[in-house]
Amino acid sequence: MIPANFAYHSPSTVEEAVGLLARLGDEARALAGGHSLIPMMKLRLSAPEALVDLSRIAALKGVREEGSEVVIGAMTTQHQLLQDPILAQTLPLIPETSAVIADPQIRYRGTLGGNVANGDPGNDMPAVMMTLDATYTLAGPNGERAVKAREFYQGAYFTAAEDGEILTAVRIPVPPAGAGFAYEKLKRKVGDYATAAAAVQLTMKAGAVETIAIGLTNVSETPLLAEDAMAILAGARLEPEVVDRAVAAAEAITNPASDGRGPAEYRTAMAGVMLRRALARAAARAQA
Amino acid sequence: MNDMTPTREEREAKLQGMGCKRKRVEDVRFTQGRGQYVDDLKLPGMLFGDFVRSTYAHARIKKIDASAALALPGVKAVLTAADLKPLNLHYMPTLAGDVQAVLADEKVLFQGQEVAFVIAEDRYIAADAIELVEVEYEELAPLVDPFQAMAEDAPLLREDIKDKTEGAHGPRKHHNHIFEWTIGDRTGTDAAFDKADVTIKEMLSYHRTHPSPLETCQCVASMDKIRGELTLWGTFQAPHVIRTVASMLAGIPEHKVHVIAPDIGGGFGNKVGAYPGYICAVVASIVLGVPVKWVEDRMENLSATSFARDYHMTTELAATKDGTITGMRVHVLADHGAFDACADPSKWPAGFMNICTGSYDIPVAHLAVDGVYTNKAPGGVAYRCSFRVTEAVYAIERAIEILAQKLGMDSAELRMKNFIEAEQFPYNSALGWEYDSGDYHTAMRKALDAVGYDALRAEQREKRAAFERGETREIMGIGLSFFTEIVGAGPTRNCDILGIGMFDSAEIRIHPTGGVIARMGTKSQGQGHETTYAQIIATELGIPADDIMIEEGNTDTAPYGLGTYGSRSTPVAGAATAVAARKIKAKAQMIAAHMLEVHHDDVEWDIDGFRVKGLPESRKSMKEIVWAAYNQPPPNMEPGLEAVSYYDPPNMTYPFGAYVCVMDIDVDTGVYKVRRFYALDDCGTRINPMIIEGQVHGGLTEAFAVAMGQEIRYDEQGNVMGASFMDFFLPTAVETPVWETDHTVTPSPHHPIGAKGVGESPHVGGVPCFSNAVNDAFAFLGSTHIQMPHDHWRIWKAARALGA
Ligand SMILES: Cc1cc2nc3c(=O)[nH]c(=O)nc-3n(C[C@H](O)[C@H](O)[C@H](O)COP(=O)(O)OP(=O)(O)OC[C@H]3O[C@@H](n4cnc5c(N)ncnc54)[C@H](O)[C@@H]3O)c2cc1C
Repeated sequence: MIPANFAYHSPSTVEEAVGLLARLGDEARALAGGHSLIPMMKLRLSAPEALVDLSRIAALKGVREEGSEVVIGAMTTQHQLLQDPILAQTLPLIPETSAVIADPQIRYRGTLGGNVANGDPGNDMPAVMMTLDATYTLAGPNGERAVKAREFYQGAYFTAAEDGEILTAVRIPVPPAGAGFAYEKLKRKVGDYATAAAAVQLTMKAGAVETIAIGLTNVSETPLLAEDAMAILAGARLEPEVVDRAVAAAEAITNPASDGRGPAEYRTAMAGVMLRRALARAAARAQA
Repeated sequence: MNDMTPTREEREAKLQGMGCKRKRVEDVRFTQGRGQYVDDLKLPGMLFGDFVRSTYAHARIKKIDASAALALPGVKAVLTAADLKPLNLHYMPTLAGDVQAVLADEKVLFQGQEVAFVIAEDRYIAADAIELVEVEYEELAPLVDPFQAMAEDAPLLREDIKDKTEGAHGPRKHHNHIFEWTIGDRTGTDAAFDKADVTIKEMLSYHRTHPSPLETCQCVASMDKIRGELTLWGTFQAPHVIRTVASMLAGIPEHKVHVIAPDIGGGFGNKVGAYPGYICAVVASIVLGVPVKWVEDRMENLSATSFARDYHMTTELAATKDGTITGMRVHVLADHGAFDACADPSKWPAGFMNICTGSYDIPVAHLAVDGVYTNKAPGGVAYRCSFRVTEAVYAIERAIEILAQKLGMDSAELRMKNFIEAEQFPYNSALGWEYDSGDYHTAMRKALDAVGYDALRAEQREKRAAFERGETREIMGIGLSFFTEIVGAGPTRNCDILGIGMFDSAEIRIHPTGGVIARMGTKSQGQGHETTYAQIIATELGIPADDIMIEEGNTDTAPYGLGTYGSRSTPVAGAATAVAARKIKAKAQMIAAHMLEVHHDDVEWDIDGFRVKGLPESRKSMKEIVWAAYNQPPPNMEPGLEAVSYYDPPNMTYPFGAYVCVMDIDVDTGVYKVRRFYALDDCGTRINPMIIEGQVHGGLTEAFAVAMGQEIRYDEQGNVMGASFMDFFLPTAVETPVWETDHTVTPSPHHPIGAKGVGESPHVGGVPCFSNAVNDAFAFLGSTHIQMPHDHWRIWKAARALGA
């Protein structure tokens, strides 16, 4: 329960942080809210020699609208996401998700950037960002680049971010007015990671699904975009037979671990149940 | 009398005595963060110890190389079994008559076992140093499943006792066998089963879990080599027993061992016995001549210090077709882990499991318990219950439901039919206990009326029909349980720990101006002793509770007692408190009579003093009497006013209660919602109703946790799975149901104030109540028994298996 020794740096600009990470090499790690990294260090599953704390970099905080996009700074906390008036208006799926992440203490410190950069399949925001088709802005020694959330996750704790790169912002296209959304998460208790969870963002037209995106949390090595299920539902009415087929298609791409939350078969089935419920709730919320 | 003279009611209220909802006095410091716990203790020059623990469940230790650790600046020493052997301290005796390795001797027998003890200048250096100790292991086949423990080809675990065919409790049948304990009439029971119209048989597993107090186990040992005195501060539920053990092991005379238990952050049975950490801290302090602190972390606590339960109970009932129970037969396979470190009274290797006939008048019964070794952590402690009573009550309360189902009878009716009648008390049970008192029918009826039982069953019938019609995916369970506890161990004739009878004690000393200090041999870990013992004295002696200070935990000042567990504080030390107070009161009566110039038979007690019979105006208050005791005692009477009592209880006490749980279950996810939970407790005389309610809330919450998911799991290799609060289910306020509490009062006839103890009842009665609710929900689909814990996935799996 006591981490190994490490050096601590606290830069005040992105450039400084990137420079520090480049200089310190691959034994250095960025520190955001610390609520994934520090537990790992306490268990000595992770023993970075240096931490570069991003919390003093003002440019990494806050939510703003830029044209048809909402831009969220990487160091914006879950608590701030829950309180933010812009998100409540434009992207209510995000605060709905924040509300079921961990507990208030953790949400006061845990950040969106840390949640999506972490690469833990248990994190809730990555599947939501894939559902919303978000783009991550990464800053590194060679400048800035953009990577789609849908292309970012490569394996457990393995992402498209290069060593020395930090995630500075998340850009999300604003869904059309009247869109429906839902995040359904099954967990054992408050503060637990998902047994399985499903995110749905959709628009309806004339009683049928017009556009839809579906993300699944914690049922594979990475968050999943349920593309086959999306294809089945797009343009279709939410008849039981169609929903059954879509749920089966979503379940088919899961590959969860068996753990204290239950055996793999249970978690797959729960991904299906969560999707079913998220679909129903999102459709009910959508204005046709 | 003028208007200012307080009324009788006002005088009584001022005492805040028994029956009063007095606020907990200890909470003043706890709620302000001013408690003093072991880890708050910082002594000059104090070092810090930490364990290197086994990564394997079963392995031979080939080599331990501590050189790199010793080279780390700040590391003072590394102890291994080789260092303890010359002192004969590499093994320590357990309370169950076995020995336990202090540091692994040649072999490790469970994951997390203590292998080496590193002592360093601070805990951070110690944490780095344990990583530098290199242990070379040769893996051996692990034995995880207790049902395989006595297989012919099962691996030999305990090489240290492999040639011992006799254990502490009789012959051993196999190299992994610890004891067989039997009680009851085997042939009579077999005959009852042969004659029975209806019988049921079910293997009821009570899974391995852990008491998990929020404060983990810890101690500070400080050896003063000049005085030859050892002081040991620790999280001890039984500080005097620890002093005796420490004295025996360290070879230091008992009066030179000072054991002090400061504030304790929960015990629940986890802090009764002695752990390798205590021994190592003591040895390290003796060797290094400075204080040494040892504090375990959460994972160490959950994976290495005493677990609870792990009882696998094949339970059978025999009955007539109209539902009269005619016999009970139980066989228990008890998984004790690598060492038998149960904290039971010496003569009771399976605790009081023979209370398993429950609240029913069962004419004949037989119980056999086989204890076995496996490659798991040792323990088997009484987690918020008297010794193995939760297991016993689970067995009978599940069995009664299964029998009701087979008979096609309502289980409340079946219980009513078989209850011991109020007139039958004191009642001698088939397995040897004398139940002191009870009125089960009244309690059960009150509970059923309170919840509207018939209406609930009607609603359940409708919901089942709707489910079968495919209109809902939710099913409803109504869980009942009626428990009889056996607490307050216990009479010295049959209860001892290390040969010391299980009496308890109180010493009350009244100072000249009326303030009182009282000390007991028990030790609160959150039960509120400082509040309730004072209330007993307040009523007995007519002195306001606020003028009475209660002190426990310092073995130099408190009289010898056996500590707090098994709901024994009120039944035993509470009785000692009343008896000591009565000794003082008898002397006070003599003094009052002398002051009033009458014969002592002519004065009578009057709330807070004595008055002359028939002359109520002629009275002396306790305050005046106390002053006189120091100022001008009657001739030929010693001055002063104090008394001590060592109370040897004539019998256990038998609290009981009726609980009802209403639960809705979503069969698609296995997610459940406890809609209602009603708990009626009868703990005899109620000292402080608010504290009782708090104890019931806490016990029910732990019962909910255990029944619904709290578990120490092992994989097939003997790896502990999920020994952290991420996985180990500790419900938060969000998950915890709303509790409705109620009571009846049937005082214990043999206890000086009629009190029976309550801290553990809600846990004992709660676990089967939750489990019965889950099982009841699925009964209509043809299920007879679903094993605990009832976490989401297991409920879902059961639903699927039943085609729901
Ligand atoms: C008890 C508990 C329960 C939890 N439950 C949930 C839950 O239900 N759902 C959930 O989603 N999460 C949960 N979490 C995790 C929590 O949300 C974390 O806060 C989050 O995963 C990481 O965010 P952070 O800001 O704390 O990042 P940190 O822990 O500081 O960092 C996490 C990782 O991301 C890297 N990193 C952080 N920021 C950046 C950046 N800007 N650029 C590049 N790399 C970066 C770090 O180097 C590190 O490797 C839980 C945590 C705890 C302790």
